[in-house]
Amino acid sequence: MSSETEKILTTDGIPLEVSLKKAERKNKIKAFLLVAPLLLFLLITYIFPIGDMLMRSVDDKMVTEMLPKTFKSMEKWDGNEMPPEEVFEAFYLDFQKLVEEKRDGKLSTQLNYTKNGFKSILKKLRRKAKNFEEGNYKEQIMAVHKRWADVEYWRAIKRRAPAYTTSKYLKGMDMYKNEDGKIVNVDEDRRIHRVLWLRTLEIAFFVTLLCFLMAYPIAHLLATLPMKYSNLLMICVLLPFWTSLLVRTASWMILLQQQGVVNDFFVMTGLVADDNRPEMMYNKTGTYVAMTQILLPFMVLPLYSVMKTISPSLMRAGKSLGGTPFITFWKVYFPLTIPGIGAGCLLVFILAIGYYITPALVGGASGTLISNQIAFHMKSTLDWSFASAMGLMLLAGVLAIYWVYNKLVGIDNIKLG
Amino acid sequence: MSKNQEFVKFDKVDKSYDGKVLVVKDLNLDIAEGEFITMLGPSGSGKTTCLMMLAGFETPTNGEIFLDKNPISNIPPHKRGIGMVFQNYALFPHMTVYENLAFPLKVRKINKDEIDKKVDKALSMVSLSGFENRMPGQLSGGQQQRVAVARALVFDPQVVLMDEPLGALDKNLRESMQYEIKHIHESIGVTVVYVTHDQSEALTMSNRIAVFNDGKVQQLSSPDKLYEEPVNSFVAEFIGENNTFAGEVTNFQKDQCKVKLSDGSEIIANPISVNSNGDRTTVSLRPERALINTKNKMDNNFKGKIEEVIYHGDHTRVRIELLGNKEFILKVPNSSANMDIKMGNEINVSWNSYDARALDPK
Repeated sequence: MSSETEKILTTDGIPLEVSLKKAERKNKIKAFLLVAPLLLFLLITYIFPIGDMLMRSVDDKMVTEMLPKTFKSMEKWDGNEMPPEEVFEAFYLDFQKLVEEKRDGKLSTQLNYTKNGFKSILKKLRRKAKNFEEGNYKEQIMAVHKRWADVEYWRAIKRRAPAYTTSKYLKGMDMYKNEDGKIVNVDEDRRIHRVLWLRTLEIAFFVTLLCFLMAYPIAHLLATLPMKYSNLLMICVLLPFWTSLLVRTASWMILLQQQGVVNDFFVMTGLVADDNRPEMMYNKTGTYVAMTQILLPFMVLPLYSVMKTISPSLMRAGKSLGGTPFITFWKVYFPLTIPGIGAGCLLVFILAIGYYITPALVGGASGTLISNQIAFHMKSTLDWSFASAMGLMLLAGVLAIYWVYNKLVGIDNIKLG
Repeated sequence: MSKNQEFVKFDKVDKSYDGKVLVVKDLNLDIAEGEFITMLGPSGSGKTTCLMMLAGFETPTNGEIFLDKNPISNIPPHKRGIGMVFQNYALFPHMTVYENLAFPLKVRKINKDEIDKKVDKALSMVSLSGFENRMPGQLSGGQQQRVAVARALVFDPQVVLMDEPLGALDKNLRESMQYEIKHIHESIGVTVVYVTHDQSEALTMSNRIAVFNDGKVQQLSSPDKLYEEPVNSFVAEFIGENNTFAGEVTNFQKDQCKVKLSDGSEIIANPISVNSNGDRTTVSLRPERALINTKNKMDNNFKGKIEEVIYHGDHTRVRIELLGNKEFILKVPNSSANMDIKMGNEINVSWNSYDARALDPK
């Protein structure tokens, strides 16, 4: 068949396929030029930063570059006994150079991440090194502090030799590589991230569930009420959507605080005693309430757009065929809304899992999420590589959920409106 | 076999949606068992509302509907056992054809073997055997409609309601479906209440037709009577084509009257809803009942001028000016005798006074 099509020529004798390609090339270029700005924008603001974040999260070049001679001389050292003299000499030379460049502070911070106790002995070394004599650096350094004579600390330095590391990812899961290179859990009382991951998943799950339970009837009303009422209801749904996130979160703070409107109301109606006002903010409750309210429109709108397309005659048909209202709803209406449910749940869950401002403001200690921890490392500890690692873990989590969802429901079944 | 003549009975039914306007006014209608009755009328005439009240999706504001002598106003739709075919088919898009047909049987807790048998039978009835596993979206409009009909019949309902079921189909398909539905009705003898605004559909399919206008049944009779003997000018106008003359009754007799038209001429007509001299009336005459240049003796003979000739193949439609009516339509059969029909020619037009029905004024 292809040989037949090859034979087709235009009146000018050019093969039709060539002629068609030529004619369409212009359109293709035009189409590409139209999307080019967006493509460029995405490249600069999305692809590049994500790539940079990925690099940063595994990048461990800083120490590698600060101690080049040391790591070179350590290559031959097996790490079982104290390193030989040449390692000490190389370390002394590297360190002196850093002191001259006033970069030794950074080194001590970095090494301290690997093993506690480096800060003080490096400080001491800097003071003492001024008076070092040439030769036999091993003896001189070991004399500075007893930790310098401990092989553990030298192994800790050696661990920083590779330019790339997975330690940040391990840390994000409350794990680390121990001296033997095995991946182990950190002590139980220092595990903070796993709790946060689990809490993030839990809150995102329940917020999604709450949103679904509340949005379904609203969306149904919106889709079935006569125009003049449904328009009003639509405005009620959209008005908060259009209001600033901060304003909404702040109003929840006014409502939920212990001396707030809701508590005052409870006291007034005698539901709770004045001296026993429940704490509804700076904990999980606050996060649940505020996040559910804020994310509700993201559930209502996809549901509404799907329900709008379901003909009311289907419900009538179900009933006329003998289905009770419940059976008709369950067998006819509900299955037809699944694309909307899928879209709404996925949207709300993904938004909730990375939610930041609201938990930061109303969450307190027990209501903060992993994103707050990421922000903390971005702004306070300045451990950007750790923040990047956790950010990527979050992204990977979302992609994994998307993948599972696609396997279970099928992404083609989604309808966002 | 004596059939229940009042199988479905609308008894003084009123319906209003807003408490100000009556959509259905004092409706009394008896439907016999096994009958194919059509509710015909323009949109907004109340016919669909009647159907919805019978199905149970609307409640009468006043009056009662009886099904086999039992009042049903307080019975919810799913307990009425009335099958319904909707205008847009209303097939469940997420179910296969089989599942669609099995739905009414499953909710009745019928066992699997019985369901299979009934679904099979219903599908073969609409000649769609072998389509069990198709989704409705994979079927053509006509096939979907047949599935909808099969689904409405599969659970052996006492009454089947059809709400303009053929409205979305093209002309040829619609015609063949009309016969198909009629044959199904004849073979299983179920009572069918059919709603349409298409008069030819109503005329071909029904045992009786109820013409609705303005919330009221204007005439309830068999298709031929409806066409030949309309009782008022709305029915005459709505069913088929119709030439009208407005005028005043001058010489009233029991079976004949004279009607004086606005241009002064008088025609002889058949008095239907006029009672005395001086009554205003609209005289209605079917186009095919007026003949041109005929040798037959008829009691109305007038001269008209041809204004327009429209060729229709088997017949020619001729618009003439006659007795001041510029919209007088004639249907002239295509024959060699009628070759002199040209624009501007004068022709003789005649009709029997019996066919000119003096009805109520418009």
